[in-house]
Amino acid sequence: MKWFKRVAITTAALATLAVSPVWGSGQILNVSYDPTRELYKEFNAAFAKHWKATTGEEIEIKASHGGSGKQARSVIDGLDADVVTLALASDIDAIAENTDLLSKEWQAKLPYNSTPYTSTIVFLVRKGNPKGIKDWDDLVKPGIQVITPNPKTSGGARWNYLAAWGYAADKNGGSEAAAKDFVAKLFKNVPVLDTGARGSTTTFVQRGIGDVLLAWENEAFLAINELGADKLEIVVPSVSILAEPPVAVLDKNVDRKGTRKVAEAYLTYLYTPEGQEIAARNYYRPRLPQLAQKYADRFPNIKLFDISKFGGWSVAQKAHFADGGVFDEIYKPGQ
Amino acid sequence: MSGHSPKSRVTVAEPVWVKALIMLAALGFLGFFILLPLAAVFTEALRRGLGAYLEALVEPDALAAIRLTLLVAVIAVPVNVVFGVAAAWAIAKHKFPGKSLLLTLIDLPFSVSPVISGLVYVLLFGAHGLMGPFLREHGVQIVFAVPGLVLATMFITFPFVARELIPLMQAQGVDEEEAAITLGASGWQTFRRVTLPNIRWGLLYGVLLCNARAMGEFGAVSVVSGHIRGETNTMPLHVEILYNEYNFVAAFAVASLLAILALVTLVAKSLLEWRHGAELAATARRH
Repeated sequence: MKWFKRVAITTAALATLAVSPVWGSGQILNVSYDPTRELYKEFNAAFAKHWKATTGEEIEIKASHGGSGKQARSVIDGLDADVVTLALASDIDAIAENTDLLSKEWQAKLPYNSTPYTSTIVFLVRKGNPKGIKDWDDLVKPGIQVITPNPKTSGGARWNYLAAWGYAADKNGGSEAAAKDFVAKLFKNVPVLDTGARGSTTTFVQRGIGDVLLAWENEAFLAINELGADKLEIVVPSVSILAEPPVAVLDKNVDRKGTRKVAEAYLTYLYTPEGQEIAARNYYRPRLPQLAQKYADRFPNIKLFDISKFGGWSVAQKAHFADGGVFDEIYKPGQ
Repeated sequence: MSGHSPKSRVTVAEPVWVKALIMLAALGFLGFFILLPLAAVFTEALRRGLGAYLEALVEPDALAAIRLTLLVAVIAVPVNVVFGVAAAWAIAKHKFPGKSLLLTLIDLPFSVSPVISGLVYVLLFGAHGLMGPFLREHGVQIVFAVPGLVLATMFITFPFVARELIPLMQAQGVDEEEAAITLGASGWQTFRRVTLPNIRWGLLYGVLLCNARAMGEFGAVSVVSGHIRGETNTMPLHVEILYNEYNFVAAFAVASLLAILALVTLVAKSLLEWRHGAELAATARRH
């Protein structure tokens, strides 16, 4: 049975090749949302260097990216994260509610509501703005195709939705009914809902679908950087939402793995001038006043309202995005 | 029987232009749906030259993805070979109650959406799953780690070997085995000296298909992976990640490896069919 032996030997050789020691102790996992890939690639390298310089220990930071809601779901299902850096507070709330990984008061643990950087929602359109999109009102016009991810799975999409809602409510003297009508009309113009912000960007930019992409400011800048200012341009609406993507340590996981010290240092480092500089370079609005000033000309001045307009994330989440919430009412595909 | 004479064969032949049209249509279809995309993968991958192409492949995360894909296949395929041979042997050479049920169950992974195949493992082994809390207490991580990827891949690929062997073994019947036993061979000897040599080419064929799917599977592993860079990303998942990071050259470079794997599988499969067509005939009839 020569052939049999040959197959066995080849298999064994492949097995040795494939097996490699991947589990080290100096390792933490950051479960993050979609558009932060470039930010954390740079930040992780900087932190590893900083950690080595201050403690002499080697640390490897692993990263996982996806739609914010989907990522929270994975952590709830057992993805063994040390820290989460998600798109909005209610996704981390969901982890706190469904597991005992961290305390329900997690958001009070770090400065600025545990949000080291902020962003907002802007419009990305094709070069020359062929459809003449200037403000939110243009998005509900018939024949305009709007690209946004699914608010059920994507954090960015929930900010998109609330930004549109806030604009419409303000314009109509705070009328909830008018806001609901406006957002319903907007979603009628959405041909496809991707699960995450990056998926939507790819749909808009690579596949060439749609007239306008509702995007994180940082995602819009990045798309222009990567794919050329000759193809796309940013339209800044008259008013938008202050998006606060928070960060948290998962207490139970870090205590079990013995990584609390490095996980906490990792998040704190986001607040240092070095961390803030990296955030600003990646088009996140820094919190530290001196850096906010330094990078002021990079970020357009928009009138921003924040989530307190909606009574905080726990209220907004329940009212709009939970099963049977307003989004379920207004979004009926194919109608 | 006049039907076999050369004269009557002429009457069923199509005009030349019909033949040409059909062939052109087939070739055009093949070119458009298979060759064109394949060429696109390689042109995209080599757009910035061979240097950038190779660089993308030796990048640590890409290497980790390649290693992980090999590891998953190296575990899943042999296990499925053992399972497939055992199942095929039981079904083809024996009669027992529940045989048709077993046959149906073997086909199950073909009919279930891969996403569901992944989700079952999250439901079973996830932190809130049936066995999750128990596993967690004992420090065992299944989903969002390598074991989950192996399990999902095994589930997806387990019909390949069995499905290949069952018709082959059924066609061969039990005469040779009975003869061996009559001559005093033990069960194991019969299997090793008679059954196995008879099915070896069919088996190899099944292993090839099984391996191709194991390395290429996306849906099921995507659900159980957790997408940790350099750790739980198999090659197909890594392609998606690179693509989403606007890193098109690297994405297509890794994709080209998968394409090469597919081509190698195809060539090996054709060679097998060409050299051992008769032995595989029973299988071929079913496909």
